[in-house]
Amino acid sequence: MASAPAPPAAEPDRASRGRRAAEAAARESYGRLLAYLAYRWRDIAAAEDALAEAFASALTAWPRDGVPASPDAWLMTAAKRNLLQAARHAKLAADPAVTILIGEQEGMTAGPHDPPAIPDERLKLLFVCAHPAIDPSIHTALMLQTVLGLEAKQIAAAFLVKPAALAQRLVRAKAKIRDAALRFEEPEPSELPQRVHAVLEAIYAAYTLGRDGALDTQSADLADEALYLAQLARRLLPEQAPASAEAAGLLSLLLFCQSRHATRAGDAGEFVPLHEQDAARWDRAMMQAANETLWQAAALKCAGRFQLEAAIQSAHCQRAFTGDVPWQGIAALYAQLAARAPTVGALVGQAVAVGEAHSPVQGLALLEQMDDAAIAAYQPWWVAKGYLLARQGERAAARECYVRAIGLTELPATRDYLLRRAQALE
Amino acid sequence: MKYMISFFQPMSEYQRLEDPKQVDAYRGAWTAYVEAMFASGLVVAGDGLLPPSAGASVRIRDGKRQVQDGPFADTKEHLGGYFVLEAPSMDVVLEWAARAPSSSTGTTEVRPVMERQG
Repeated sequence: MASAPAPPAAEPDRASRGRRAAEAAARESYGRLLAYLAYRWRDIAAAEDALAEAFASALTAWPRDGVPASPDAWLMTAAKRNLLQAARHAKLAADPAVTILIGEQEGMTAGPHDPPAIPDERLKLLFVCAHPAIDPSIHTALMLQTVLGLEAKQIAAAFLVKPAALAQRLVRAKAKIRDAALRFEEPEPSELPQRVHAVLEAIYAAYTLGRDGALDTQSADLADEALYLAQLARRLLPEQAPASAEAAGLLSLLLFCQSRHATRAGDAGEFVPLHEQDAARWDRAMMQAANETLWQAAALKCAGRFQLEAAIQSAHCQRAFTGDVPWQGIAALYAQLAARAPTVGALVGQAVAVGEAHSPVQGLALLEQMDDAAIAAYQPWWVAKGYLLARQGERAAARECYVRAIGLTELPATRDYLLRRAQALE
Repeated sequence: MKYMISFFQPMSEYQRLEDPKQVDAYRGAWTAYVEAMFASGLVVAGDGLLPPSAGASVRIRDGKRQVQDGPFADTKEHLGGYFVLEAPSMDVVLEWAARAPSSSTGTTEVRPVMERQG
Protein backbone atom coordinates (compact mmCIF):
# COMPACT_ATOMS: atom_id res chain seq x y z
CA MET A 1 0.00 0.00 0.00
CA ALA A 2 1.12 3.50 -0.74
CA SER A 3 0.40 4.58 2.79
CA ALA A 4 3.39 2.34 3.68
CA PRO A 5 2.23 1.13 7.06
CA ALA A 6 5.07 1.19 9.52
CA PRO A 7 6.62 -2.27 9.90
CA PRO A 8 5.50 -3.84 13.17
CA ALA A 9 9.06 -3.92 14.51
CA ALA A 10 9.57 -0.19 13.94
CA GLU A 11 9.23 0.64 17.62
CA PRO A 12 9.98 -1.22 20.82
CA ASP A 13 7.39 -3.92 21.36
CA ARG A 14 6.27 -2.82 24.77
CA ALA A 15 5.80 0.82 23.84
CA SER A 16 3.86 -0.17 20.76
CA ARG A 17 1.68 -2.59 22.73
CA GLY A 18 1.07 0.07 25.36
CA ARG A 19 0.15 2.67 22.80
CA ARG A 20 -2.22 0.30 21.06
CA ALA A 21 -3.83 -0.71 24.33
CA ALA A 22 -4.38 2.93 25.23
CA GLU A 23 -5.87 3.66 21.84
CA ALA A 24 -8.12 0.62 22.00
CA ALA A 25 -9.35 1.62 25.46
CA ALA A 26 -10.06 5.17 24.35
CA ARG A 27 -11.93 3.91 21.31
CA GLU A 28 -13.92 1.41 23.37
CA SER A 29 -14.95 4.07 25.87
CA TYR A 30 -15.75 6.65 23.24
CA GLY A 31 -18.03 4.31 21.31
CA ARG A 32 -19.69 2.92 24.43
CA LEU A 33 -20.26 6.33 26.00
CA LEU A 34 -21.56 7.88 22.82
CA ALA A 35 -23.83 4.93 22.06
CA TYR A 36 -25.27 5.04 25.56
CA LEU A 37 -25.85 8.80 25.52
CA ALA A 38 -27.26 8.82 22.00
CA TYR A 39 -29.57 5.89 22.81
CA ARG A 40 -30.96 7.62 25.91
CA TRP A 41 -31.07 11.09 24.43
CA ARG A 42 -32.15 10.15 20.87
CA ASP A 43 -29.96 12.90 19.47
CA ILE A 44 -26.56 11.80 18.19
CA ALA A 45 -25.23 15.31 17.48
CA ALA A 46 -26.16 16.60 20.95
CA ALA A 47 -24.60 13.50 22.54
CA GLU A 48 -21.40 14.03 20.52
CA ASP A 49 -21.14 17.66 21.60
CA ALA A 50 -21.74 16.79 25.25
CA LEU A 51 -19.16 13.99 25.16
CA ALA A 52 -16.57 16.15 23.41
CA GLU A 53 -17.05 18.76 26.11
CA ALA A 54 -16.68 16.11 28.80
CA PHE A 55 -13.37 14.91 27.26
CA ALA A 56 -12.22 18.53 27.14
CA SER A 57 -13.00 19.08 30.84
CA ALA A 58 -11.20 15.83 31.66
CA LEU A 59 -8.07 17.29 30.10
CA THR A 60 -8.06 20.07 32.69
CA ALA A 61 -9.59 18.22 35.66
CA TRP A 62 -7.62 14.95 35.61
CA PRO A 63 -4.10 16.45 35.64
CA ARG A 64 -5.25 18.71 38.48
CA ASP A 65 -7.30 16.29 40.62
CA GLY A 66 -5.89 12.96 39.49
CA VAL A 67 -7.48 10.34 37.22
CA PRO A 68 -10.82 9.21 38.68
CA ALA A 69 -11.34 5.59 39.77
CA SER A 70 -13.71 5.02 36.90
CA PRO A 71 -12.83 7.39 34.07
CA ASP A 72 -15.85 6.22 32.06
CA ALA A 73 -18.32 6.99 34.84
CA TRP A 74 -16.70 10.39 35.31
CA LEU A 75 -16.99 11.17 31.60
CA MET A 76 -20.57 9.91 31.54
CA THR A 77 -21.58 12.12 34.46
CA ALA A 78 -19.91 15.15 32.91
CA ALA A 79 -21.50 14.48 29.51
CA LYS A 80 -24.94 14.06 31.07
CA ARG A 81 -24.51 17.31 32.96
CA ASN A 82 -23.68 19.01 29.67
CA LEU A 83 -26.71 17.49 27.97
CA LEU A 84 -29.01 18.57 30.78
CA GLN A 85 -27.58 22.06 30.76
CA ALA A 86 -28.18 22.32 27.04
CA ALA A 87 -31.71 21.01 27.53
CA ARG A 88 -32.41 23.57 30.23
CA HIS A 89 -31.25 26.30 27.89
CA ALA A 90 -33.62 24.98 25.27
CA LYS A 91 -36.39 24.71 27.91
CA LEU A 92 -36.87 21.04 27.22
CA ALA A 93 -37.22 20.14 30.87
CA ALA A 94 -40.57 18.48 30.28
CA ASP A 95 -39.10 16.18 27.64
CA PRO A 96 -39.35 12.53 28.74
CA ALA A 97 -35.74 11.95 27.67
CA VAL A 98 -34.63 14.60 30.16
CA THR A 99 -36.62 13.03 32.95
CA ILE A 100 -35.12 9.61 32.23
CA LEU A 101 -31.64 11.06 32.20
CA ILE A 102 -32.14 12.93 35.47
CA GLY A 103 -33.37 9.76 37.12
CA GLU A 104 -30.30 7.89 36.00
CA GLN A 105 -28.06 10.73 36.91
CA GLU A 106 -29.08 10.17 40.51
CA GLY A 107 -28.79 6.42 40.22
CA MET A 108 -25.30 6.71 38.77
CA THR A 109 -23.81 8.61 41.71
CA ALA A 110 -23.23 5.36 43.55
CA GLY A 111 -19.84 6.42 44.87
CA PRO A 112 -16.39 6.29 43.33
CA HIS A 113 -15.58 2.77 44.55
CA ASP A 114 -18.53 1.10 42.98
CA PRO A 115 -18.85 2.59 39.52
CA PRO A 116 -21.94 1.28 37.72
CA ALA A 117 -21.24 -0.52 34.48
CA ILE A 118 -22.29 1.39 31.40
CA PRO A 119 -24.53 -0.83 29.27
CA ASP A 120 -23.18 -1.48 25.79
CA GLU A 121 -25.61 0.09 23.34
CA ARG A 122 -23.23 0.15 20.39
CA LEU A 123 -25.19 -2.44 18.43
CA LYS A 124 -28.23 -0.15 18.56
CA LEU A 125 -26.06 2.70 17.35
CA LEU A 126 -24.78 0.56 14.46
CA PHE A 127 -28.35 -0.27 13.51
CA VAL A 128 -29.40 3.37 13.56
CA CYS A 129 -26.40 4.42 11.46
CA ALA A 130 -27.42 1.89 8.80
CA HIS A 131 -31.15 2.57 9.12
CA PRO A 132 -33.13 2.11 5.88
CA ALA A 133 -34.41 5.69 6.19
CA ILE A 134 -30.84 7.02 6.00
CA ASP A 135 -29.11 7.38 2.61
CA PRO A 136 -26.92 4.24 2.25
CA SER A 137 -24.01 6.30 0.95
CA ILE A 138 -23.62 7.88 4.39
CA HIS A 139 -24.00 4.71 6.54
CA THR A 140 -20.29 3.95 6.71
CA ALA A 141 -19.27 7.53 7.46
CA LEU A 142 -21.85 7.78 10.25
CA MET A 143 -20.54 4.61 11.88
CA LEU A 144 -16.94 5.71 11.66
CA GLN A 145 -17.81 9.00 13.26
CA THR A 146 -20.18 7.86 16.00
CA VAL A 147 -18.88 4.42 16.99
CA LEU A 148 -15.18 5.07 16.45
CA GLY A 149 -15.03 8.82 16.94
CA LEU A 150 -13.12 9.50 13.70
CA GLU A 151 -13.15 13.09 12.52
CA ALA A 152 -15.07 14.15 9.43
CA LYS A 153 -11.76 15.32 7.96
CA GLN A 154 -10.26 11.83 8.17
CA ILE A 155 -13.38 10.13 6.86
CA ALA A 156 -13.58 12.55 3.93
CA ALA A 157 -10.03 11.63 2.92
CA ALA A 158 -10.92 7.95 2.85
CA PHE A 159 -14.07 8.58 0.85
CA LEU A 160 -12.34 11.07 -1.40
CA VAL A 161 -14.98 13.75 -0.89
CA LYS A 162 -14.76 17.42 0.07
CA PRO A 163 -14.55 17.51 3.88
CA ALA A 164 -17.03 20.38 4.23
CA ALA A 165 -19.54 18.52 2.06
CA LEU A 166 -19.20 15.31 4.09
CA ALA A 167 -19.54 17.19 7.37
CA GLN A 168 -22.77 18.65 6.07
CA ARG A 169 -24.12 15.25 5.01
CA LEU A 170 -23.31 13.86 8.45
CA VAL A 171 -25.10 16.72 10.17
CA ARG A 172 -28.14 16.18 7.96
CA ALA A 173 -28.21 12.44 8.63
CA LYS A 174 -28.07 12.96 12.39
CA ALA A 175 -30.80 15.60 12.20
CA LYS A 176 -32.94 13.13 10.29
CA ILE A 177 -32.40 10.43 12.90
CA ARG A 178 -33.44 12.89 15.60
CA ASP A 179 -36.36 14.56 13.81
CA ALA A 180 -37.85 11.39 12.37
CA ALA A 181 -37.34 9.76 15.80
CA LEU A 182 -35.82 6.69 14.19
CA ARG A 183 -35.93 3.71 16.47
CA PHE A 184 -32.76 3.03 18.41
CA GLU A 185 -34.10 -0.39 19.40
CA GLU A 186 -32.81 -3.65 18.02
CA PRO A 187 -34.90 -4.62 14.99
CA GLU A 188 -37.71 -7.18 15.14
CA PRO A 189 -36.58 -10.75 14.41
CA SER A 190 -38.33 -10.62 11.03
CA GLU A 191 -36.38 -7.59 9.84
CA LEU A 192 -33.13 -8.55 11.57
CA PRO A 193 -31.34 -10.20 8.61
CA GLN A 194 -31.93 -7.19 6.37
CA ARG A 195 -30.87 -4.72 9.03
CA VAL A 196 -27.78 -6.73 9.92
CA HIS A 197 -26.90 -6.86 6.26
CA ALA A 198 -26.99 -3.06 5.99
CA VAL A 199 -24.65 -2.80 8.98
CA LEU A 200 -22.26 -5.36 7.51
CA GLU A 201 -22.32 -3.69 4.09
CA ALA A 202 -21.26 -0.43 5.68
CA ILE A 203 -18.43 -2.12 7.59
CA TYR A 204 -17.26 -3.87 4.44
CA ALA A 205 -17.31 -0.56 2.55
CA ALA A 206 -15.01 0.86 5.22
CA TYR A 207 -12.68 -2.10 4.77
CA THR A 208 -12.45 -1.81 0.98
CA LEU A 209 -11.83 1.91 1.29
CA GLY A 210 -9.04 1.17 3.71
CA ARG A 211 -7.59 -1.54 1.56
CA ASP A 212 -7.68 0.42 -1.69
CA GLY A 213 -6.94 3.88 -0.48
CA ALA A 214 -4.96 5.48 2.23
CA LEU A 215 -6.51 6.88 5.36
CA ASP A 216 -4.63 9.65 7.04
CA THR A 217 -4.92 8.77 10.71
CA GLN A 218 -2.07 8.69 13.12
CA SER A 219 -3.11 5.50 14.83
CA ALA A 220 -4.37 2.88 12.47
CA ASP A 221 -5.65 2.57 8.96
CA LEU A 222 -9.26 2.19 7.99
CA ALA A 223 -8.87 -1.53 7.37
CA ASP A 224 -8.06 -2.00 11.07
CA GLU A 225 -11.03 0.16 12.05
CA ALA A 226 -13.31 -1.97 9.88
CA LEU A 227 -11.90 -5.17 11.39
CA TYR A 228 -12.68 -3.74 14.82
CA LEU A 229 -16.27 -2.96 13.79
CA ALA A 230 -16.68 -6.44 12.31
CA GLN A 231 -15.48 -7.99 15.57
CA LEU A 232 -17.85 -5.72 17.46
CA ALA A 233 -20.86 -6.67 15.32
CA ARG A 234 -19.98 -10.35 15.68
CA ARG A 235 -19.61 -10.04 19.45
CA LEU A 236 -22.78 -8.01 20.03
CA LEU A 237 -25.16 -10.10 17.93
CA PRO A 238 -26.64 -13.19 19.58
CA GLU A 239 -24.32 -15.99 18.52
CA GLN A 240 -26.97 -18.49 17.46
CA ALA A 241 -29.18 -16.12 15.47
CA PRO A 242 -29.25 -16.91 11.75
CA ALA A 243 -28.42 -13.25 11.08
CA SER A 244 -25.14 -13.83 12.91
CA ALA A 245 -23.94 -16.16 10.16
CA GLU A 246 -23.20 -13.24 7.87
CA ALA A 247 -21.57 -11.25 10.68
CA ALA A 248 -19.23 -14.19 11.21
CA GLY A 249 -18.80 -14.42 7.43
CA LEU A 250 -17.68 -10.81 7.21
CA LEU A 251 -15.31 -11.17 10.13
CA SER A 252 -13.81 -14.28 8.55
CA LEU A 253 -13.42 -12.48 5.22
CA LEU A 254 -11.61 -9.53 6.80
CA LEU A 255 -9.35 -11.82 8.83
CA PHE A 256 -8.34 -13.75 5.70
CA CYS A 257 -7.55 -10.51 3.87
CA GLN A 258 -5.61 -9.12 6.82
CA SER A 259 -3.60 -12.34 7.19
CA ARG A 260 -1.87 -11.51 3.89
CA HIS A 261 -1.30 -7.88 4.79
CA ALA A 262 2.46 -8.13 5.34
CA THR A 263 3.22 -9.59 1.92
CA ARG A 264 1.30 -7.11 -0.18
CA ALA A 265 4.29 -4.78 -0.47
CA GLY A 266 7.90 -5.72 -1.17
CA ASP A 267 10.98 -4.47 0.67
CA ALA A 268 11.04 -1.24 -1.34
CA GLY A 269 7.31 -0.67 -0.90
CA GLU A 270 6.56 -2.01 -4.37
CA PHE A 271 3.21 -3.64 -5.08
CA VAL A 272 3.17 -7.45 -5.01
CA PRO A 273 0.10 -9.10 -6.58
CA LEU A 274 -1.57 -12.00 -4.78
CA HIS A 275 -0.14 -14.75 -6.98
CA GLU A 276 3.44 -13.53 -6.45
CA GLN A 277 3.15 -13.16 -2.68
CA ASP A 278 5.25 -15.40 -0.45
CA ALA A 279 2.54 -17.57 1.10
CA ALA A 280 4.93 -18.81 3.77
CA ARG A 281 4.82 -15.31 5.27
CA TRP A 282 1.03 -15.14 5.58
CA ASP A 283 -0.19 -14.97 9.17
CA ARG A 284 -1.10 -18.59 9.97
CA ALA A 285 -2.75 -17.88 13.30
CA MET A 286 -4.99 -15.31 11.69
CA MET A 287 -5.88 -17.66 8.83
CA GLN A 288 -6.73 -20.29 11.43
CA ALA A 289 -8.98 -17.86 13.28
CA ALA A 290 -10.62 -16.90 9.98
CA ASN A 291 -11.27 -20.54 9.15
CA GLU A 292 -12.79 -21.27 12.55
CA THR A 293 -15.03 -18.24 12.26
CA LEU A 294 -16.16 -19.39 8.83
CA TRP A 295 -16.99 -22.85 10.19
CA GLN A 296 -19.05 -21.28 12.98
CA ALA A 297 -20.90 -19.29 10.33
CA ALA A 298 -21.50 -22.37 8.19
CA ALA A 299 -22.93 -24.24 11.19
CA LEU A 300 -25.83 -21.75 11.28
CA LYS A 301 -26.82 -22.94 7.79
CA CYS A 302 -27.77 -19.53 6.52
CA ALA A 303 -25.57 -18.86 3.49
CA GLY A 304 -24.87 -15.34 2.32
CA ARG A 305 -22.67 -13.02 0.39
CA PHE A 306 -19.98 -12.49 3.02
CA GLN A 307 -19.63 -16.19 3.79
CA LEU A 308 -19.09 -16.80 0.06
CA GLU A 309 -16.49 -14.06 -0.13
CA ALA A 310 -14.78 -15.51 2.92
CA ALA A 311 -14.81 -18.97 1.34
CA ILE A 312 -13.11 -17.53 -1.77
CA GLN A 313 -10.41 -15.98 0.38
CA SER A 314 -10.08 -19.23 2.30
CA ALA A 315 -9.46 -21.00 -1.03
CA HIS A 316 -6.76 -18.47 -1.97
CA CYS A 317 -5.12 -19.05 1.40
CA GLN A 318 -4.90 -22.79 0.72
CA ARG A 319 -1.77 -22.01 -1.27
CA ALA A 320 0.01 -21.47 2.04
CA PHE A 321 -0.71 -25.10 2.98
CA THR A 322 -0.83 -27.05 -0.29
CA GLY A 323 1.15 -24.84 -2.67
CA ASP A 324 -1.74 -24.84 -5.14
CA VAL A 325 -4.61 -22.46 -5.84
CA PRO A 326 -7.89 -24.40 -6.27
CA TRP A 327 -9.12 -22.34 -9.22
CA GLN A 328 -12.01 -24.68 -10.08
CA GLY A 329 -13.45 -24.27 -6.61
CA ILE A 330 -12.86 -20.51 -6.64
CA ALA A 331 -14.65 -20.18 -9.97
CA ALA A 332 -17.62 -22.17 -8.59
CA LEU A 333 -17.77 -19.94 -5.49
CA TYR A 334 -17.63 -16.82 -7.63
CA ALA A 335 -20.52 -18.13 -9.75
CA GLN A 336 -22.63 -18.40 -6.58
CA LEU A 337 -21.48 -14.99 -5.41
CA ALA A 338 -22.24 -13.38 -8.78
CA ALA A 339 -25.74 -14.90 -8.70
CA ARG A 340 -26.35 -13.50 -5.23
CA ALA A 341 -24.52 -10.15 -5.31
CA PRO A 342 -23.44 -9.23 -8.85
CA THR A 343 -21.17 -6.34 -7.90
CA VAL A 344 -18.57 -5.15 -10.41
CA GLY A 345 -15.88 -6.59 -8.16
CA ALA A 346 -17.52 -10.01 -7.95
CA LEU A 347 -18.00 -10.19 -11.73
CA VAL A 348 -14.38 -9.28 -12.45
CA GLY A 349 -13.22 -11.80 -9.85
CA GLN A 350 -15.36 -14.47 -11.47
CA ALA A 351 -13.93 -13.71 -14.93
CA VAL A 352 -10.36 -14.07 -13.69
CA ALA A 353 -11.17 -17.31 -11.83
CA VAL A 354 -12.85 -18.77 -14.90
CA GLY A 355 -9.87 -17.64 -16.98
CA GLU A 356 -7.54 -19.57 -14.67
CA ALA A 357 -9.75 -22.60 -14.11
CA HIS A 358 -10.88 -23.08 -17.71
CA SER A 359 -9.44 -20.80 -20.40
CA PRO A 360 -8.59 -17.13 -20.86
CA VAL A 361 -11.13 -16.95 -23.71
CA GLN A 362 -13.96 -17.89 -21.35
CA GLY A 363 -12.79 -15.36 -18.79
CA LEU A 364 -12.58 -12.64 -21.46
CA ALA A 365 -16.10 -13.48 -22.63
CA LEU A 366 -17.39 -12.84 -19.09
CA LEU A 367 -15.57 -9.50 -18.98
CA GLU A 368 -17.11 -8.45 -22.30
CA GLN A 369 -20.60 -9.19 -20.99
CA MET A 370 -20.26 -6.53 -18.32
CA ASP A 371 -21.94 -3.14 -18.55
CA ASP A 372 -19.75 -0.59 -20.38
CA ALA A 373 -20.68 2.28 -18.10
CA ALA A 374 -19.78 0.29 -15.00
CA ILE A 375 -16.32 -0.69 -16.18
CA ALA A 376 -15.12 2.38 -18.10
CA ALA A 377 -13.34 3.83 -15.06
CA TYR A 378 -13.06 0.59 -13.04
CA GLN A 379 -9.34 -0.11 -12.88
CA PRO A 380 -9.53 -3.85 -11.93
CA TRP A 381 -11.56 -4.61 -15.07
CA TRP A 382 -8.76 -3.26 -17.27
CA VAL A 383 -6.09 -5.10 -15.29
CA ALA A 384 -8.06 -8.35 -15.56
CA LYS A 385 -8.56 -7.94 -19.28
CA GLY A 386 -4.89 -7.09 -19.82
CA TYR A 387 -3.87 -10.14 -17.80
CA LEU A 388 -6.14 -12.57 -19.67
CA LEU A 389 -5.21 -11.12 -23.08
CA ALA A 390 -1.52 -11.50 -22.23
CA ARG A 391 -2.12 -15.13 -21.21
CA GLN A 392 -3.60 -15.64 -24.64
CA GLY A 393 -0.57 -14.08 -26.31
CA GLU A 394 -2.36 -10.98 -27.56
CA ARG A 395 0.44 -8.70 -26.46
CA ALA A 396 -0.52 -5.42 -28.16
CA ALA A 397 -4.14 -5.55 -27.00
CA ALA A 398 -3.02 -6.59 -23.51
CA ARG A 399 -0.65 -3.64 -23.37
CA GLU A 400 -3.41 -1.21 -24.31
CA CYS A 401 -5.54 -2.48 -21.43
CA TYR A 402 -2.68 -2.11 -18.97
CA VAL A 403 -2.12 1.47 -20.17
CA ARG A 404 -5.76 2.28 -19.52
CA ALA A 405 -5.45 0.69 -16.08
CA ILE A 406 -2.36 2.82 -15.35
CA GLY A 407 -4.37 5.96 -16.10
CA LEU A 408 -7.02 4.84 -13.60
CA THR A 409 -4.60 3.93 -10.80
CA GLU A 410 -4.25 6.01 -7.68
CA LEU A 411 -1.44 4.36 -5.73
CA PRO A 412 2.07 4.95 -7.10
CA ALA A 413 3.27 1.44 -6.16
CA THR A 414 0.46 -0.15 -8.18
CA ARG A 415 1.07 2.27 -11.04
CA ASP A 416 4.77 1.35 -11.17
CA TYR A 417 3.88 -2.36 -11.18
CA LEU A 418 1.48 -1.92 -14.10
CA LEU A 419 4.00 0.25 -15.97
CA ARG A 420 6.47 -2.65 -15.73
CA ARG A 421 3.83 -5.09 -16.98
CA ALA A 422 3.01 -2.83 -19.91
CA GLN A 423 6.68 -2.35 -20.73
CA ALA A 424 7.28 -6.10 -20.75
CA LEU A 425 4.65 -6.41 -23.49
CA GLU A 426 6.32 -3.92 -25.84
CA MET B 1 -21.29 21.78 -13.63
CA LYS B 2 -17.81 22.58 -14.90
CA TYR B 3 -14.72 21.99 -12.81
CA MET B 4 -11.11 22.87 -13.40
CA ILE B 5 -8.58 20.31 -12.29
CA SER B 6 -4.99 21.62 -12.08
CA PHE B 7 -1.82 19.59 -11.64
CA PHE B 8 0.99 21.06 -9.52
CA GLN B 9 4.38 19.35 -9.35
CA PRO B 10 7.69 20.04 -7.61
CA MET B 11 10.76 20.73 -9.81
CA SER B 12 12.05 17.23 -9.02
CA GLU B 13 9.28 15.83 -11.23
CA TYR B 14 10.35 17.98 -14.18
CA GLN B 15 13.90 16.74 -13.67
CA ARG B 16 12.72 13.17 -14.26
CA LEU B 17 12.17 14.22 -17.89
CA GLU B 18 15.93 14.59 -18.26
CA ASP B 19 16.83 11.32 -16.54
CA PRO B 20 16.98 8.53 -19.17
CA LYS B 21 16.16 5.98 -16.45
CA GLN B 22 13.01 7.78 -15.35
CA VAL B 23 11.67 9.52 -18.40
CA ASP B 24 9.67 6.50 -19.65
CA ALA B 25 7.93 5.91 -16.33
CA TYR B 26 7.17 9.63 -16.00
CA ARG B 27 5.76 9.99 -19.50
CA GLY B 28 4.04 6.59 -19.33
CA ALA B 29 2.11 7.53 -16.21
CA TRP B 30 0.96 10.91 -17.53
CA THR B 31 0.12 9.66 -21.03
CA ALA B 32 -1.99 6.86 -19.58
CA TYR B 33 -3.76 9.28 -17.25
CA VAL B 34 -4.54 11.76 -20.02
CA GLU B 35 -5.80 8.96 -22.30
CA ALA B 36 -8.06 7.58 -19.57
CA MET B 37 -9.34 11.08 -18.86
CA PHE B 38 -10.24 11.66 -22.51
CA ALA B 39 -11.90 8.22 -22.66
CA SER B 40 -14.13 9.23 -19.73
CA GLY B 41 -16.07 11.67 -21.91
CA LEU B 42 -15.84 14.38 -19.24
CA VAL B 43 -13.22 16.59 -20.90
CA VAL B 44 -14.27 20.04 -22.10
CA ALA B 45 -10.75 21.39 -22.55
CA GLY B 46 -7.26 20.69 -21.34
CA ASP B 47 -3.57 21.22 -21.98
CA GLY B 48 -0.18 20.30 -20.66
CA LEU B 49 2.29 23.12 -20.13
CA LEU B 50 5.98 23.34 -21.05
CA PRO B 51 8.33 23.34 -18.04
CA PRO B 52 8.42 26.45 -15.81
CA SER B 53 11.84 27.44 -17.23
CA ALA B 54 10.09 28.23 -20.52
CA GLY B 55 7.81 30.72 -18.78
CA ALA B 56 8.04 34.15 -17.19
CA SER B 57 6.07 36.11 -14.63
CA VAL B 58 5.07 39.74 -14.39
CA ARG B 59 4.42 41.84 -11.30
CA ILE B 60 3.82 45.52 -10.93
CA ARG B 61 4.93 46.96 -7.58
CA ASP B 62 4.94 50.64 -6.71
CA GLY B 63 4.16 51.32 -10.34
CA LYS B 64 7.30 49.51 -11.49
CA ARG B 65 7.32 46.44 -13.70
CA GLN B 66 9.07 43.28 -12.51
CA VAL B 67 9.56 40.51 -15.05
CA GLN B 68 11.10 37.23 -13.96
CA ASP B 69 12.20 34.04 -15.74
CA GLY B 70 10.72 30.79 -14.47
CA PRO B 71 10.93 28.67 -12.41
CA PHE B 72 9.83 31.07 -9.72
CA ALA B 73 11.93 30.65 -6.61
CA ASP B 74 9.09 31.41 -4.20
CA THR B 75 6.87 28.63 -5.55
CA LYS B 76 7.45 25.03 -4.45
CA GLU B 77 4.99 23.40 -6.82
CA HIS B 78 4.44 24.45 -10.40
CA LEU B 79 1.39 24.21 -12.59
CA GLY B 80 2.03 21.48 -15.16
CA GLY B 81 -1.33 21.31 -16.87
CA TYR B 82 -5.08 21.44 -16.44
CA PHE B 83 -8.37 20.03 -17.61
CA VAL B 84 -11.79 21.60 -17.59
CA LEU B 85 -14.34 18.84 -16.99
CA GLU B 86 -18.10 18.73 -17.26
CA ALA B 87 -18.97 16.44 -14.36
CA PRO B 88 -22.09 15.51 -12.39
CA SER B 89 -20.45 16.25 -9.02
CA MET B 90 -17.33 17.34 -7.21
CA ASP B 91 -16.95 13.75 -5.96
CA VAL B 92 -16.44 12.46 -9.50
CA VAL B 93 -13.75 15.06 -10.18
CA LEU B 94 -11.99 14.29 -6.89
CA GLU B 95 -11.78 10.65 -7.98
CA TRP B 96 -10.01 11.73 -11.14
CA ALA B 97 -7.80 14.07 -9.13
CA ALA B 98 -6.67 11.17 -6.95
CA ARG B 99 -5.56 9.23 -10.03
CA ALA B 100 -3.31 12.04 -11.30
CA PRO B 101 0.40 11.31 -10.87
CA SER B 102 0.78 14.81 -9.42
CA SER B 103 -1.36 13.80 -6.43
CA SER B 104 1.44 11.50 -5.25
CA THR B 105 4.25 14.00 -5.83
CA GLY B 106 2.64 17.42 -5.56
CA THR B 107 -0.93 18.69 -5.40
CA THR B 108 -3.95 18.34 -7.63
CA GLU B 109 -6.48 21.10 -7.16
CA VAL B 110 -10.17 20.94 -8.06
CA ARG B 111 -12.18 24.15 -8.41
CA PRO B 112 -15.73 24.68 -9.65
CA VAL B 113 -15.83 27.04 -12.64
CA MET B 114 -17.83 30.22 -12.12
CA GLU B 115 -21.03 30.34 -14.16
CA ARG B 116 -21.15 33.21 -16.63
CA GLN B 117 -24.00 35.64 -16.08
CA GLY B 118 -26.38 36.34 -18.99
